[in-house]
Amino acid sequence: MIRVNSQKTPFTFESVERESGLRTALAMSRADIIGEIGACNLRGRGGAGFPTGTKWNLAAAARVKAGGTKYVVCNADEGEPGTFKDRVILSGHADLVFEGMTIGARAIGATLGIVYLRSEYVYLRPHLEQVLATRRENRLLGTDIGGLAGFTFDIHIHMGAGAYVCGEETALIESLEGHRGEPRNRPPFPVDTGFNRQPTVVNNVETFAWVACILSRSANWFKAVGTATSTGYKLFSVSGDCREPGVYEFPLGLTVAELLEKVGGQDAKAVQVGGASGHCIPASEFGRRIAFEDISTGGAVIVFGPGRDMLAVARNFMEFFVEESCGQCTPCRAGNAKLLEGVEMLQRGECSMQYVQELLGLGETMQLASKCGLGQSSPNAFVSIVKHFKDEVMGRTSAH
Amino acid sequence: MLAGQQQRLQEDIRALVGRHGRDRSALIPVLQELQTTHATISDYAMQVVADELGIHPAEVYGVASFYAFLRPVSRGRFVFRLCGTISCELAGKARVARQLENDLGIRFGETTADGRFGLEWASCLGMCDQGPALLVNDRVYTGVTAEQVHAIIDECKSTFGAHAPEAVHS
Repeated sequence: MIRVNSQKTPFTFESVERESGLRTALAMSRADIIGEIGACNLRGRGGAGFPTGTKWNLAAAARVKAGGTKYVVCNADEGEPGTFKDRVILSGHADLVFEGMTIGARAIGATLGIVYLRSEYVYLRPHLEQVLATRRENRLLGTDIGGLAGFTFDIHIHMGAGAYVCGEETALIESLEGHRGEPRNRPPFPVDTGFNRQPTVVNNVETFAWVACILSRSANWFKAVGTATSTGYKLFSVSGDCREPGVYEFPLGLTVAELLEKVGGQDAKAVQVGGASGHCIPASEFGRRIAFEDISTGGAVIVFGPGRDMLAVARNFMEFFVEESCGQCTPCRAGNAKLLEGVEMLQRGECSMQYVQELLGLGETMQLASKCGLGQSSPNAFVSIVKHFKDEVMGRTSAH
Repeated sequence: MLAGQQQRLQEDIRALVGRHGRDRSALIPVLQELQTTHATISDYAMQVVADELGIHPAEVYGVASFYAFLRPVSRGRFVFRLCGTISCELAGKARVARQLENDLGIRFGETTADGRFGLEWASCLGMCDQGPALLVNDRVYTGVTAEQVHAIIDECKSTFGAHAPEAVHS
């Protein structure tokens, strides 16, 4: 197993009895499993926050097209800059993830699971294959799983090939099918028409791990933590200018200031929550809560210390999106390039306020008109940095 | 390409297709393995893969050119990918980048004349708490300093040809 220094707090995952969630699930009806996940209001841990119970319910109700099967896909294409919690989960708690996938398969009636693992994490594969092999030996994968007659399920690992956009579920499915990772039109949604046109559930690595915990401990246990609309615990990937970067488990709903105190980043001038596609939060807003109803995130927190140049930060994010836009739709393909050009103009001190306003308008167009989440969220960092740090970014001289 | 080389490539591709199947979903795994063993995906290889899977070569090129880890050009036996994203930037990737260029004698996006080393930027490697991060083929280096670059290159030279997926080095 690989060496990981990233874990900074105890994880609930360590204290949950292995396979107890699966045992409980196998004694329940499909509807009751989904009911339990729905009752605790578990929302997708990849960042979008879609209610997992709703997703599973739709997939369970969808009909399989002739000769096929339903699929459970684990999205391990963790490409959001500043995010690395899934790497830590897969290194230390892969069994819990596979347990959650198996529970999902039981709930929706799938027979095949696929882990879409980003190629940057290829070194995790031998470990994951070994965990899967052990599960097969222990009859936790294969036929008649856990002694339940007729419950057949296995999990394969499929390597990604280096494309951020494949974290978007329909692009991920395109990639699984051997195509360019270009997002599909939605609807139809993957729960109805996914991998091989069959009903497919795509969930984040962390979501599956929490599923196993919830079935083990109960919906009420999970619901008792967090806020009313953002229940439960969440893993946070913390990096940048703080004393203790790494992966932390906190209840959802904590404030940015509380988080900064725990990681040793109290003197930060700003924090990027949600990675490159997230928002830049200035110190004046550190009282805001990290929760789906306030600052929504897949758990990436990048801390910027007092001396950091926020325009250089914006430039790094825009370079990333220019590189990673799949190029399929115009607002994203052309928009990100224009925003990057705008950042470069600002750096040279050659940008009028009127042009900045036009760029902000372009950002709004991209948010509204892009086909998938990549283009819809790529202007966020630029817009929030320009908005909150106008004084810092305008009227630069070459001396800056 | 010599006739004998072409034939070997054909045989290799047929063996890969034999293992991964002829479904369209086999395309990316076949190209990935082909790249690992041959260090490149040539035009001829793409044609053979297309014939084997019963699809148009343009489809194969479309896929091979889309993914960052799968490009239809030779990039060297050892591909150095330095993480370019923000956390590694805050951790000082610029000096590591400069030293990589100095010690390899090439710029980002280039390959050394002997075909041994390629240098490029990577989008986030997921090592944000331990930057700057560098991926050399399947091997991850974390907390890389400009001073260490030379030793990492030497390590590649001494293990030339060895590709075993490896643990994290820091």
